[in-house]
Amino acid sequence: MLELRGLSKHFGGVKAVDELDITVNEGEIFGLIGPNGSGKSTTINLICGVYQETAGTVRFHEELMNGKPPHQRLRAGIARTFQNIRLFPNLTVWQNLWVAQNSPQDIATQGFLSRWFGATRRTRKEIATLLELADLEHKSDELASNLAFGEQRRLEFARAAAARPKLLLLDEPAAGMNRQEIQDLSRRIRRMRDSGVTILLVEHVMELVMGVAEQIAVLNFGQKIASGTPGDVQRNKAVQEAYLGTSDSDAPSLDTGA
Amino acid sequence: MSYYLGLAQLIGIHTLLGLSAYVLMLTGQLSLGQAGFFAIGAYSAGILTVIFELPILPALLAAAVIAAFFAFIVGFPALRVKGLMLVVATIAFGEFVRLFFFNLSWRVPRGDIEVGPDSTNGFREIRYFVANGWSPWEITTFVWTFVILVMIALWWMDRSRAGAVLRAVGEDELATQSVGVNLTAVKVTAMTAGGFIAGIGGALYAHTATYVDHLTFTVLLATFAVSYPILGGLSSVFGTLVAVIFIQGVLVEGLRFLGDWRNIVFGLLIIIAMNLKPDGLFDARTTRILRRAIGLGGREKSDA
Ligand SMILES: Nc1ncnc2c1ncn2[C@@H]1O[C@H](COP(=O)(O)OP(=O)(O)OP(=O)(O)O)[C@@H](O)[C@H]1O
Ligand SMILES: [Mg+2]
Repeated sequence: MLELRGLSKHFGGVKAVDELDITVNEGEIFGLIGPNGSGKSTTINLICGVYQETAGTVRFHEELMNGKPPHQRLRAGIARTFQNIRLFPNLTVWQNLWVAQNSPQDIATQGFLSRWFGATRRTRKEIATLLELADLEHKSDELASNLAFGEQRRLEFARAAAARPKLLLLDEPAAGMNRQEIQDLSRRIRRMRDSGVTILLVEHVMELVMGVAEQIAVLNFGQKIASGTPGDVQRNKAVQEAYLGTSDSDAPSLDTGA
Repeated sequence: MSYYLGLAQLIGIHTLLGLSAYVLMLTGQLSLGQAGFFAIGAYSAGILTVIFELPILPALLAAAVIAAFFAFIVGFPALRVKGLMLVVATIAFGEFVRLFFFNLSWRVPRGDIEVGPDSTNGFREIRYFVANGWSPWEITTFVWTFVILVMIALWWMDRSRAGAVLRAVGEDELATQSVGVNLTAVKVTAMTAGGFIAGIGGALYAHTATYVDHLTFTVLLATFAVSYPILGGLSSVFGTLVAVIFIQGVLVEGLRFLGDWRNIVFGLLIIIAMNLKPDGLFDARTTRILRRAIGLGGREKSDA
């Protein structure tokens, strides 16, 4: 459903993403991994239109996405979360989800006035469901900035889900989480996929990505160096070198910790 | 009495000016061009009642629409610049408008005299209220009708999803786009609404003052426009009203004896106030506390 062909993004001399080919099939959980600075976030930003590609194409359901602004790609069915959580800190939890009521269904079924100036019963019910799924019902009127870190992550996840996406791009959703939270997150990701959403998961936490992803692509210096099932990738020589080659002490190891 | 009514009119008109900046500020845009839209409203309404001899109400609404139209046009290029660059660009727009009216001469004979904008000499014959025998009370009521209507509309908008979206844009443009909001549409709409409100203010100003010239619409006026919501905070429209009453009613009037020193005191007070209360006189927390105090409870939007 998502096809990246020859996708490149250069920042001056830095080839953040270089001639990248990736195909994500409908209904799968696709893992995108790689050392720090290998171009994972840049790839996400290219897919959802935050960055303009230097070359190459992004196709979603066969449709060319190049040149479309982020809000149009969202309405086409591509939602995302951010590596550094980006909520609306001075809005309440409820308002954060209210702003995100922009799914094609919302737009098609609601008139201009009720969409912008009302809050129909359906909207309220939808938000209530999202809150419940995120275990945030009791925080509805809290300012987003007052939430604990884990709650902020769950809110951002719920805010992306509000768009009723077909494809969800998660940029390091497990960063900073403890083991229990990671297990909770992997349940949420699976539940999301089971409801019919395809998932592109960028992650350093191998325990999570090796556990949930069916297909994985590995980036290094903006290029794809390997792809396949988690098993294939873990055995791949080039991948092991890319990871071991990073001098960074907290560089992710391929050890799933299991 | 008429002194106080005049002051009440001025406070009402400046509240409109401040609210026009408030709408934009919700989306994180600081415009020093609001005096330009105010000027367009003032001159347009004056021309419509004086040269075209329209009644005040249609003239005022048409003037607001004209100001909104220019705000819409300005909105697109303004999208491309942010922060300080936007401030500079909007100052340039305001000055452009001012210089346009500085040069505008459109005189038509009316009996023995000529009326209409007379470039440097200003536009001196905006006497609709006097000519139609309106009392100061009636004029004040007329002005405040619009102030109250605009405040109700904005207060209602603020509590709606539209208000949440405007604030979301003000907090994080990228995140707002990423949840499916058309940023261009939202920002241009805010700009247009701000132009409309400033246009109403300008139209009312021209008719209460009966006389305008380009010097009325300098950057100083634009500075007042933004200082109201800055001081009053962005929690609600009432902050802007309170700030106008404080600045126009207490500072400008109360410190008249200081002469030109007033401006320095005014500047100092704004700096002090902004440092003491960076979120305005009524920051979000204070508003919550006040809400609870008057029994509105702490629940905000989930029951809206
Ligand atoms: N806006 C930008 N301007 C200039 N260079 C950038 C920009 N964004 C990313 N880069 C560079 O592009 C490269 C890839 O960055 P990117 O953020 O995509 O990596 P990443 O794989 O997400 O890394 P991490 O695991 O640390 O999140 C890096 O060298 C980075 O410095
Ligand atoms: Mg990244």
